[in-house]
Amino acid sequence: MIENANGPIWRLRNRRETLTRWFVWLLGIAIFLWCWQQISDATTWFFVWDAPNIASDILGRATPPRWSYMDNLWVPIWDTLNIATLGTIGALILAVPIAFLAARNTTPSTLFIRPVALLIIVATRSINSLIWALLLIAIIGPGVFAGIVAIAIRSIGFCAKLLYEAIEEIDQSQVEAVTATGASRWQIMVYGIVPQIMPAFAGIAVFRWDINIRESTVLGLVGAGGIGLQLQASLNTLAWPQVSLILLVILAAVVISEWVSAKVRGAII
Amino acid sequence: MSAYAKGETHRTLDDLLGTRWRRPPLVQRAWLRWVLLVGLVVYLVAAISTVEVNWSRVYEGLDRGGAFVMAFAQPDFVSRADAIWNGMVESIVMTVASSVVGILISIPIALGAARNIAPLPVYLVCRGIIAVSRALQEIIVAILLVAIFGFGPLAGFLTLSFATIGFLSKLLAEDIESMDRSQAEAVRATGARWSQCIEYGVKPQVIPRLIGLSIYRVDINFRESAILGLVGAGGIGATLNTAFDRYEYDTAAAILLIIIVIVMALEYLSGLIRARVQ
Amino acid sequence: MLRLDALTKTYKTGDQALKAVTLDVPAGQVLALIGPSGAGKSTLIRCINRLVQPTSGQVTLGDVDVTRLGSGALRRERRRMGMIFQEYALVERLTVMENVLSGRLGYVGFWRALTRRFPQKDVDEAFRLLDRVGLVHMADKRADQLSGGQRQRVGICRALIQDPALLLVDEPTASLDPKTSRQIMRLICELCAERGLAAIINIHDVALAQMFVARVIGLRFGEIVYDGAPDGLTPGTLNEIYGEEDWEATIEKVDEDEAIEAAE
Repeated sequence: MIENANGPIWRLRNRRETLTRWFVWLLGIAIFLWCWQQISDATTWFFVWDAPNIASDILGRATPPRWSYMDNLWVPIWDTLNIATLGTIGALILAVPIAFLAARNTTPSTLFIRPVALLIIVATRSINSLIWALLLIAIIGPGVFAGIVAIAIRSIGFCAKLLYEAIEEIDQSQVEAVTATGASRWQIMVYGIVPQIMPAFAGIAVFRWDINIRESTVLGLVGAGGIGLQLQASLNTLAWPQVSLILLVILAAVVISEWVSAKVRGAII
Repeated sequence: MSAYAKGETHRTLDDLLGTRWRRPPLVQRAWLRWVLLVGLVVYLVAAISTVEVNWSRVYEGLDRGGAFVMAFAQPDFVSRADAIWNGMVESIVMTVASSVVGILISIPIALGAARNIAPLPVYLVCRGIIAVSRALQEIIVAILLVAIFGFGPLAGFLTLSFATIGFLSKLLAEDIESMDRSQAEAVRATGARWSQCIEYGVKPQVIPRLIGLSIYRVDINFRESAILGLVGAGGIGATLNTAFDRYEYDTAAAILLIIIVIVMALEYLSGLIRARVQ
Repeated sequence: MLRLDALTKTYKTGDQALKAVTLDVPAGQVLALIGPSGAGKSTLIRCINRLVQPTSGQVTLGDVDVTRLGSGALRRERRRMGMIFQEYALVERLTVMENVLSGRLGYVGFWRALTRRFPQKDVDEAFRLLDRVGLVHMADKRADQLSGGQRQRVGICRALIQDPALLLVDEPTASLDPKTSRQIMRLICELCAERGLAAIINIHDVALAQMFVARVIGLRFGEIVYDGAPDGLTPGTLNEIYGEEDWEATIEKVDEDEAIEAAE
């Protein structure tokens, strides 16, 4: 009896669900096809059919890399390292107070200050460092300094977000114990909270430094210093052997920085 | 216990009283500590001294910076409405298309890159693809693809698809490798074929995670699509670049605001969907 | 010396943790606070040093009404109340010495605290206390390298270096094995006797309480239902405090649930 009564309802619900599911799939495919249509319309297909030839042509020109150009790259590599490192340091200096203002358990005001801090975090995080670089170049002129500031601003949101999550996850009883000794607000911060978030902080710093090395290699494309400047110049003159050398250097930088950051994080944790 | 405490440590206590106490240093070996410290200071001095800052230029720029900040209060959505609209549509189109294609391709590659279900040759090939995709930044891939395929959203679409493959396959493969073995083994024990093992043993465990990661990647793809236009690979980036070149800060502010709002919306949406799936 | 007057705490959820508790603790008296979980023991001692803000009523330490103090004055009064915690609540990534010295935070300025340059007499006192609890050789170890009993000893040192008049002790033995529990209780009571401190000890182990203290308070649903000598605790009074019948009924219910789950 009960099974009979339940049976139809169960099938009906399932049929409706199946229909909805088909409809969603259909809609999804339609949207995708429309998107593809848009891309297709904006593409000159003649070039695309010619792409294999062009690709092999470029590859032919780009090999072997022009190793002697390396002499011109040491300074840009140094600049790139500085952009990433100084940018990360700057970002951390700014991210720490913002993280404390954004964390629920340390913010002075949940109603006014916390939303502002969260807004800063979202705004700096959702805009790519290349765009920040564009903006800063328009404001303070091209060069390494614009790159450093761009990396710093871009990293604030990332670092502050991870840091405030770490602050919200601390063991509250340790803070309570320090409070009970009669410590002041700042002393509680230094003794109760900071020691608990130090490992997270170090991990975030190294992690972000690794990402920043990657990002600073291409900042030069828009004129913000570093090895990207040489890449842009070589591309403009179609000096493919130099381009391939620079790409190899960037690849090496990325691999090395990832290795360093993995090692350091392993040592911390 | 107390005998030990009195006999053994009283002597040390007398030694300790009156001595200053210092927190033990982070790096125990003194020479290493000094090498690190001196190295850090030397590096910072060298790094900062090679950064050339044209302070008068910066000072002049402060006005423009102020103007830009003010522009956020009055963003101009209107005067370049067509360019903004077209660029945004192109960015979104590229995001959607590349996410779909990238996700579809990354699933087989993830299966191939999971050591517990793929044979060694397949594993090495798939891991190789992932490594190449992750090592090359989007913008560099975009430059190369623009050179090969010409200007336009196709290059951007291919760039983002390629990047999606590296990102998604790696995380997904790690999930498959760390998933609960017993469930897959139980299915295999029934005599199921390889495809059935995937269908019944792997899929149910990995699907929620796949959905979560995919949405996260859509978010990233949109953000990246906003810069691909800088190198001619389509999207809102070209419009933004033009706005900066012409010092049209109010238009630039409008575009940035739109990007921020869409990213926030995507993050909110992905939070909702992930909460429902998990 | 300590007087609670109609102390009441109602949480935002509407739970009334304390219902007008009135209590007098003379100087130098060690008393145990017993009662079932959720009886308000933790809330009671946290209301005394205002880690939890009481809803109404008065806490008077000496001549000072603690409940009406501003934040600066409250910090000065907190120095007179050392607190010892259930899960030790040591700052795990700091050294033992730093944990002990953190008891002096109420006396030193921010910069001294930040740079760890505590006055020499504080450092000497910390060494003496660590020696008294047998841990002076561990001073430079990090707190998370210590065993449970050792951590609680450090917690005791941190409370004592405040030079308090009163110890607030919250379940000092809950995370310890029986032997260590006894050692810790003995240590706390010895130190209170040596220094003439009053102490309020939350404890759920009635036998342990009877072994060491002179006065027992029984708390149930936020009200004092027993106040007297440890010998006065009969099975009847214990029933009144712990509500043994209710307790058994809960157990039975749990068993039933499990039986249903097993059947399914």
